[in-house]
Amino acid sequence: MSADQASRPAPVVPPEPVAPGPPASRRRRAERPRRSPLRARLRRDWPLLAMVAPGALALLVFHYLPVLGNVVAFQDYNPYLGDDALSALLASPFVGLANFRDLFADPAFWDALWNTLSITAFQLVFFFPLPIALAILLDSILSRRLRSFVQTVVYLPHFFSWVLVVTFFVQMLGGAGLLSQELRDAGFSPPEIMSNPDTFIVLVTAEAVWKDLGWGTIVFLAALAAVDPNLYEASAVDGAGRWRRLWHITLPSLRPVIVLLLILRLGDALSVGFEQFMLQRDAVGRQAAEVLDTFVYYQSIATGDYGFGAAAGLFKAVVGLVLILAANKMAHLLGERGVYSRS
Amino acid sequence: MTTTTRPARRRPPGRPAWEEDPGVAGRTAKGTVLTAVVLAVLVPLWVVLVTSLSSRETINAAGGLVVVPRGLDLSAYRIIFSGGQISKALLVSTLVTAAGTAFSLVLTVLAAYGLSRPGSLFHRGLLFYFLLSFLIYPGLVPSYLVVTGLGLKDSLWALILPGAVSVFNLVVVRAFFQNIPTELMDSARIDGAGEFRILTRIVLPLSRAVVAVVGLFYAVGYWNIWFNALLYIDDNEKFPIQRVLQSYILAGQSPQNAGAAAASLPPTLAIKMAVVVVTVAPIALVYPFVQRHFTRGVIVGAVKG
Repeated sequence: MSADQASRPAPVVPPEPVAPGPPASRRRRAERPRRSPLRARLRRDWPLLAMVAPGALALLVFHYLPVLGNVVAFQDYNPYLGDDALSALLASPFVGLANFRDLFADPAFWDALWNTLSITAFQLVFFFPLPIALAILLDSILSRRLRSFVQTVVYLPHFFSWVLVVTFFVQMLGGAGLLSQELRDAGFSPPEIMSNPDTFIVLVTAEAVWKDLGWGTIVFLAALAAVDPNLYEASAVDGAGRWRRLWHITLPSLRPVIVLLLILRLGDALSVGFEQFMLQRDAVGRQAAEVLDTFVYYQSIATGDYGFGAAAGLFKAVVGLVLILAANKMAHLLGERGVYSRS
Repeated sequence: MTTTTRPARRRPPGRPAWEEDPGVAGRTAKGTVLTAVVLAVLVPLWVVLVTSLSSRETINAAGGLVVVPRGLDLSAYRIIFSGGQISKALLVSTLVTAAGTAFSLVLTVLAAYGLSRPGSLFHRGLLFYFLLSFLIYPGLVPSYLVVTGLGLKDSLWALILPGAVSVFNLVVVRAFFQNIPTELMDSARIDGAGEFRILTRIVLPLSRAVVAVVGLFYAVGYWNIWFNALLYIDDNEKFPIQRVLQSYILAGQSPQNAGAAAASLPPTLAIKMAVVVVTVAPIALVYPFVQRHFTRGVIVGAVKG
């Protein structure tokens, strides 16, 4: 929108203030029998709608349009049947559930699914608790300067790309890396770390920890800062030692955040750092490093079998949706607030 | 997200009277853990930086990566910046990052402001439209078909448009806007200001923290873009830096090429490490200035949103 349009005086709306928030609008609705007519509201709110429009359009084209494009999962999609993707889509024959039948009959798909789920489970046990522990440790540091120094350092790798993270790991632990170099100088034969399929699950978890351990503490630190110190004082006066205070005050205070993050992680159980695996799949091999996302890529765009890959992708999206809805439901049943309890 | 978090209060300095002293063992344990965590981040950065600044002789003497600096040799950087593929990739990445961040920020701030007033026309419906994208997402294949179908293959727009609006960032900015007292905007409106003027003259000047943080998120996202370049950019004149880093260093390190890489190790190692350094540098330089806003800008936003 152009500036002169926007800086025009707002349409005159008599005595009532212009929709300051939900309470006021509700009050107005209660006072008057009907809400103001659509045209008046449009005249009042069109600048807001115009502001939302570009973002909504971007989301429409690059998010919701591809969501609809999932129809190729039910097609024998052939990109050469048309001049562009749309005409090829319209010309490609529908094959019903054939792609899904092929998918579920493909042992490579089940291997990828199994790898994905084991990595998620492994990281839930060996990664998820670490930021909580580090946050509690940081929170107990009295020197503000030391605390913020550590925070500055440990947040940094979160902003590195996976290409960089894997590069650092190769340089430190790889066959020509620092560790091997030092071990060779000391007369040992260096272990194979970066390309060993048996320990790959530990390696990817270590990489994820290196990248996001610090970043993960932020939300817990905020929750810890909001705990009422009087609780600690009162329990200390009552004779609770530091471990009892940790168990009875600190952890319960963190529980809503922990539940929230667990739900989000469960809903995302089928995603395990796509780029991380793309980058290392060739070095480690398909057996250990093929996850659902890389499976989709290698079965569709790399080979041209779009319908089959789209079926795998749609399977992942639908299961992910079911998982997050189920996890949220469970949280409600357990008396937690979950992700989207509010309107 | 709904988390019961009150704004962080400043703790009084020093140990409260009721708290036990951690003792020598406790202090040692804490110190060890923190030192290990900090070194795990800093040592790789240090080694890469020092190696990139080392001469061929120093690298040969060390047998590879250099831990202790000996002399200063900038030849690796001279080669990188002398106009080869790496210079070009740095230029592409800078361009994509600058244009993309500006574009994303404009779209995000406008939409966040447009969605910040409950009770406005279509407010609930539009909010739902944006938030639904968290639950329902397209797979890789349809996204690829849409982007290529729009003719964006080998265009740098393919690196910008698909991720132009992050709904997460939008929610953060919107929550921040909603924390601004409505009286400010109401008084401007009575004085005859339109929505756009209210946004640029009143809301944005109060929102520097959140715009800085969200701008950093976008900029880092664009600087780090790799997979979309793998998908959409075949012309290696248009490779962004991450794509070059991956093909030049990681692919060179893969088992098949290990022999070749080892043979040419001494002359190229400094150059490789210099590429890593110039990929890290913009992030490491900008981030400390924005870091102090993280908790204020992000937690407040995310927690309240």
